[in-house]
Amino acid sequence: MTTLTVNGRDYPLDLDDARLTLLDALRDRLGLTGTKKGCDQGACGACTVIADGRRILSCLTLAAQCDGRAITTIEGLGSGDRLHPVQEAFVRHDAFQCGYCTSGQIMSAVCLLAEGRAGSDADIREFMSGNLCRCGAYPNIVAAIREVARDA
Amino acid sequence: MREFTYVRAAGVGQAVAAVSADPGADYLAGGTTQLDLMKDGVLEPDRLVDITRLPLRGVRLDGGTLRVGALTTMEELAADPVVAARAPFVREALLLGASVQLRNMATIGGNLLQRTRCRYFRDPSVPACNKRRRGTGCAALTGAARMHAVLGASEHCIASHASDLAVPLVALDAVVRVEGPEGERTVPLTGFYRLPGSTPDVEHVLGHGELITAVDVPLPPEGTRSGYLKVRDRASYEFALASAGVSLLLDGGVIREARVALGGVGTVPWRAREAEEVLRGAPAGPAAFREAAEAAVRDPFTVPGTAFKVELAKRTLTRALRTVAGVAS
Repeated sequence: MTTLTVNGRDYPLDLDDARLTLLDALRDRLGLTGTKKGCDQGACGACTVIADGRRILSCLTLAAQCDGRAITTIEGLGSGDRLHPVQEAFVRHDAFQCGYCTSGQIMSAVCLLAEGRAGSDADIREFMSGNLCRCGAYPNIVAAIREVARDA
Repeated sequence: MREFTYVRAAGVGQAVAAVSADPGADYLAGGTTQLDLMKDGVLEPDRLVDITRLPLRGVRLDGGTLRVGALTTMEELAADPVVAARAPFVREALLLGASVQLRNMATIGGNLLQRTRCRYFRDPSVPACNKRRRGTGCAALTGAARMHAVLGASEHCIASHASDLAVPLVALDAVVRVEGPEGERTVPLTGFYRLPGSTPDVEHVLGHGELITAVDVPLPPEGTRSGYLKVRDRASYEFALASAGVSLLLDGGVIREARVALGGVGTVPWRAREAEEVLRGAPAGPAAFREAAEAAVRDPFTVPGTAFKVELAKRTLTRALRTVAGVAS
């Protein structure tokens, strides 16, 4: 047994199989399905979560490695009925089509802003490049992030 | 993915003992190559020894040498002010590799030991791969070879080494510090990797159970300029078709000291000493740069898919030299 700390709450977790990734633990054991499984091999960014303040890929992280780390998922961003400013901006700018990559995009964008790397559209594109969007919503994703950066 | 057992190492000595004693055991650090290749069925360890909480993290300046703990992440090293000031091409190579998420996970030791991106190596349904299983052949020779090597390659293997970071590090004569069952030793990075020859499955000089604990990076003299140029099929988040890491110490218009290495085109991070010899003492300009590029890419081994990379590598190096020297084209 181990404990995962996700969005400020402790979840007991049975580590019956060492292969369990953080991504599968979140989705299949904890019922937190906001984090998406895209490629499951570290190529697409859909599974991006925040661990101890840094964005990482949950598909290439073993759940066994995560005890004592503070994990934040898309479910932990807003407060009550209020969306996080980046979520609001994504809605306002229509920064998605199918929506499958969106939670990863938003988790990555929240970190990008905290890292201070949203100074220009070129920087936003460069430092968001680990999050692929097959619908090609990139212009609106950049617009949403630019707006939050400007209003900060 | 095949089943394995997970253990967390309590100390460096215990980790080395655990892996050394078990031929089926591997280290687990950032996991970005290890777990990826395990999902593909290329790596099948029985046991993973997690070293991520060992005290091997952080960067320390010791005289003129930067000691980088093996578990320092790529993002952490890229953010180091000494790296930015004294060896900017190390920072550039780091930030042009992977994505922020992967750089927050991937460690410096793991970066040096990352496996090739050759699609045939990474696909166990392809039987012919001498790197996966010696003597089975090389599917890339007659397959889709665009990301492959033209320097150091042989008819047994043309897989390229994918690290960007290793390019400036071989140029700087970085030294790898290793802890093994017999104690500590150091290996110069220029002698760390092995050319494929007829044994492409042997990629470096480490024995089973040896653990990289740190990388020592000798900083170039004050006033040295450096740059890393990466040419690729996608503007970001892509491996190099060709790259060049260059440092120059100029005196007026004359090159006093030059360090040159190439990436994306070699089976190992490719130190180009012949190019350095051409540059040393020469006036910084197009003639010397082109001559250096010719010297850097001598005797390539090409297949139809990689033939273009010979000229691409030369032009990449020429442009990197121009940029670093501040010479207009």
